[in-house]
Amino acid sequence: MTILVIAEHDHAALKAATLNVVTAAKRIDNSIHVLVAGSGCDGAAAAAANIDGVAKVLVADASQYADQGAENVAALIAAVAGDYSHVLAPATSTGKNVMPRVAVALDVAHVSEIVAIESADTFVRPTYAGNVMTTVKSIDGVKVLTVRTTAFDAASANGGAAVIDALAPGPDLGLSRVVGREITKSARPELSAAKIIVSGGRGLGSSEHFHALLDPLADKLGAALGASRAAVDAGYVPNDYQVGQTGKIVAPQIYFAIGISGAIQHLAGMKDSKVIVAINKDPEAPIFGVADYGLAGDLFQIVPELVAALG
Amino acid sequence: MKVLVAVKRVADANVKVRPKVDGSGADVANVKMAVNPFDEIAIEEAVRLKEAGVATEVVAVSCGPSACQEQLRTAMAIGADRAILVECAAELQPLAVAKLFKAIVQKENPQLVLMGKQAIDDDANQTGQMVAGLLGWGQATCASKVVIADGKATVTREIDGGLETLEVKLPALVTTDLRLNEPRYATLPNIMKAKKKPLEISKAETLDVDVTPRLITLSAAEPPKRSAGVRVADVAQLLDKLRNEAKVLA
Repeated sequence: MTILVIAEHDHAALKAATLNVVTAAKRIDNSIHVLVAGSGCDGAAAAAANIDGVAKVLVADASQYADQGAENVAALIAAVAGDYSHVLAPATSTGKNVMPRVAVALDVAHVSEIVAIESADTFVRPTYAGNVMTTVKSIDGVKVLTVRTTAFDAASANGGAAVIDALAPGPDLGLSRVVGREITKSARPELSAAKIIVSGGRGLGSSEHFHALLDPLADKLGAALGASRAAVDAGYVPNDYQVGQTGKIVAPQIYFAIGISGAIQHLAGMKDSKVIVAINKDPEAPIFGVADYGLAGDLFQIVPELVAALG
Repeated sequence: MKVLVAVKRVADANVKVRPKVDGSGADVANVKMAVNPFDEIAIEEAVRLKEAGVATEVVAVSCGPSACQEQLRTAMAIGADRAILVECAAELQPLAVAKLFKAIVQKENPQLVLMGKQAIDDDANQTGQMVAGLLGWGQATCASKVVIADGKATVTREIDGGLETLEVKLPALVTTDLRLNEPRYATLPNIMKAKKKPLEISKAETLDVDVTPRLITLSAAEPPKRSAGVRVADVAQLLDKLRNEAKVLA
């Protein structure tokens, strides 16, 4: 069986998420191709060819893929998918946007956010905010999957020497175009891949307090910053900080939940963290039920103390 | 402009659903049911478009068992003009639902279809994109702002790195994200009025769609349990635990 992995990239380089998907692909079989659909994407293609375990990289380089819009990218993938037993993409915004369209074009089911692969046709995925893990078997000929990157280790980005083949670009359907982007620029690690996350909730009280208190802690720890839905809704931080059932799923070595009560929907996004630390003034807050280490008290005193103690 | 809104009947967001003891699926017997929260946001957005004079009619559509009528009445209480239930007692998966929606869209000819970005039961995040794909329409998922003008939908999307603004030609499909709007509460007078609004029931079989599930659920289980944690008294103790017990900090 040959598996097609859809690369997540920004044209110049590959995103780390692609590496986790290659690991997932290897669980199914060892014949793996990567598709790079982009514009001026030689950099991403070259990086894909270096991934350990990849035999071939298909590159479709055309302006209609500059935006990574779902309509054009899905049409391209659907056109080549018939040669493969499985088509995998990371469960990122892009992957989730594109892959369902690929599935309907092939008239097959789509299995989204898989966290484990039991066999070539059997996968495990979370439902009900991760409270019910379902094992499903696909009866379709081609399996179209998105992969939760936190569930699979990253394959090595080096050691591969894949053949790079140009793929004829697909149609430009002209259905949508990007007219603006506001991407959070930060020197901090990316939330979905960070080893340590400092996450704040409604308890921080304001955007000023959120940053005044948590930025120094994140700086000391080299951590990414995250937030609960409540903090994002209240405007303390932008939407891409949100961790939870409908936000980012994270699994760092340490997750600091500060001023976060621990609603089911938030837990869905972080309960696979190795160590969870909770700091909250309410000793009965649900977050203490999942925390490995719980410190009940005033975060406005505790966090600065923690920053100072870290030296 | 006619707007079609998808409505799914799901377990209420506040319920912690568990697998059935026999592991055959989720245990939702006797659980409180509600309109999928993202669909409430979709209904609210459609009603606001009508109040702004952009939409002329809002039609709420649900696929599922007869009990979905409750959720369709809620949609009409929020402001949808009429509702359609595609009745099907059997398990419906996103691919089948998308095909049923395609059939309804082809009958109703809306210029805009609004769906929630995901249902909080299966957390699939697929159906909207599938409907758009089947119809050959443009799509804008995870919307936090929608502006309809000049035959286009200008949609701000919440994406991994921040925000992206997309211009999609109408007819288009938009899926809603949390911050698009805050849905209104249905008032009692509107709940009463909704009882009289038209609710048409179609049987799935009559729409000539094969709804056979493609994914067989082999088992449903609890996630791995975390071992119980401990309370620490102060920062010093916390750091000691992180460094020396958990060994996750230098």
